[in-house]
Amino acid sequence: MTLILCVWVLLPIYLLIVNSLSTPEEVIAFPKRFFPSFNVASLEFFAGFSGIVKALQSSIIVATITMVLSILIGAPAGYALSRFEFRGKTTFRVLILMTRAFPLPLLALPLAIMFIRTGLDDTMFGLALVHTMLALPFSVLITFSLFSGIPIELEEAAWTLGCNRVQAFTKVVFPLILPGITASAVFAFVISWNEVFAASVLTIENRTLTAFLLQSLDVSPMHLKFAGGFVLVMPALIFIFAVRKYLFSMWGIANR
Amino acid sequence: MVLLGASGCGKTTLLRIIAGLESPSGGEVWIGGKRVDHLPPRERGIAMVFQNYAVFPHLTVFENIAFGLRMSKIDSAIIDERVKRTAELMHIESLLDRYSGQLSGGQRQRVAVARALAMEPDVILMDEPLSNLDALLRLEMRAELKGVLENSNTTTIYVTHDQVEAMSLADRISVMHKGEIIQSAEPVEVYRNPATHFVGSFIDNPPMNFITAHRKSDSEEGKWLVMGKTFDGPTINTPEVKFAIRPEDLAIVSASDETGFAATVRVVEPLGAHTLVTCNVDGTLFRVIVDSSVRPESGEVLYLKPVADRIRWFDSATQLAIA
Repeated sequence: MTLILCVWVLLPIYLLIVNSLSTPEEVIAFPKRFFPSFNVASLEFFAGFSGIVKALQSSIIVATITMVLSILIGAPAGYALSRFEFRGKTTFRVLILMTRAFPLPLLALPLAIMFIRTGLDDTMFGLALVHTMLALPFSVLITFSLFSGIPIELEEAAWTLGCNRVQAFTKVVFPLILPGITASAVFAFVISWNEVFAASVLTIENRTLTAFLLQSLDVSPMHLKFAGGFVLVMPALIFIFAVRKYLFSMWGIANR
Repeated sequence: MVLLGASGCGKTTLLRIIAGLESPSGGEVWIGGKRVDHLPPRERGIAMVFQNYAVFPHLTVFENIAFGLRMSKIDSAIIDERVKRTAELMHIESLLDRYSGQLSGGQRQRVAVARALAMEPDVILMDEPLSNLDALLRLEMRAELKGVLENSNTTTIYVTHDQVEAMSLADRISVMHKGEIIQSAEPVEVYRNPATHFVGSFIDNPPMNFITAHRKSDSEEGKWLVMGKTFDGPTINTPEVKFAIRPEDLAIVSASDETGFAATVRVVEPLGAHTLVTCNVDGTLFRVIVDSSVRPESGEVLYLKPVADRIRWFDSATQLAIA
């Protein structure tokens, strides 16, 4: 079972790496060599592609805004969920998850109209708002589990030792969850980085890398598609790998 | 002062109300002649030691102890001096650069106490501080804690469910039951003269033995029958009362003794220093502590004679002690 899952995940990644590091001839050749020829011509060509730098820039800016917003909004919600008892708490938690079940395509048209009316259409900030909405459930749930992992006694001890609520948070809780918050931020970044639908629908000039590639790679030769895919997937994979520990803790799997 | 009670009796809640971590549904909290129940914890002049120590993991031991002092903006030279002094007091001066992850449970406990002492508070609140330590360490820390607290001369409110801990540490024990303090007195007084049936059955292990005594006859006031033997008791006008005696205040005597009542031995437990004998007295379990050289057989009939001035009487209806 584990083997099947590993192959399921790793094989496409492997093929992607092999093909993007091969010459165009090798890409369409069969059988494949196990080790690529480490030909970076496709990647070089790809890097010189017009508009790619600008799209990359947009992607980074949008993802950064998403990251900041989802932490600023998500962390207080996570704190409230873990520390306070209030009516409808369980419902609230389920609702947060449910937002992920709502199909984005259904929202696309009303959102586009609303964005045109408010002048948010084709702006990076507007797109970042949509991405924040997508990342928020995760940042709330991750920070919720982070805060829950910090015994309330630590905060109470800080209160008895002369802190008010805010000081107890900044002096005790914040330093302790900083690594986890970073992880949650990176995860939000990756969600925005990978998102293609809203990016394609809501932007024209300020396309992010994913939307840009979706549009241009459609008509590109095979080896360029692989190179594009490689550029898209790698940052996300590296980021997720870096923060895997915290994602596991969100899903309740111990990995220590 | 030790708050003693079974789990769930409200002793921790009471402590947290004093600390200001929980708000009371009614009443007032006064510390040293000052009403404090409207103040946040930091302005009450208290320091608290938590059951799970609550040592800050991201700070060194030094910074942990200094935490409260830094919050009150004390000159750093004074902080330095005070941290060193309390660390020495708790024998952790060699650990000052370590983080809590590198400490054992006992060492963390010391840090937590040092952190509270360094604040020089009006009142130190301790919530079952020894319950997370293993048995041997608990014994050691108990004695040490007692010495430190006596020397510091600070009022301490100490919550525990362990009555041995309560007896050993307390100047005064307050026994709590179902959210109320039922007796507040010196340890020996609580032990010798429990205010209610509950206190008698809660303090010490094995607890007091209780058995129903019947009025001997309407004409003879203050004479009560226990298992056919006559005892001098309170002069009250009820058909029955509870007769109570500590397990160590029973002596084994011969069948001819006037006040020795019959008991059938059920279980004999040699415990080293003494032997614990569980007997059946007219359907009631009686525990007797006898010298370890005495080894009765199960099923044997013994005659138990209570030490006269150690007998206590409780009202059957109200459960209160009858003086």
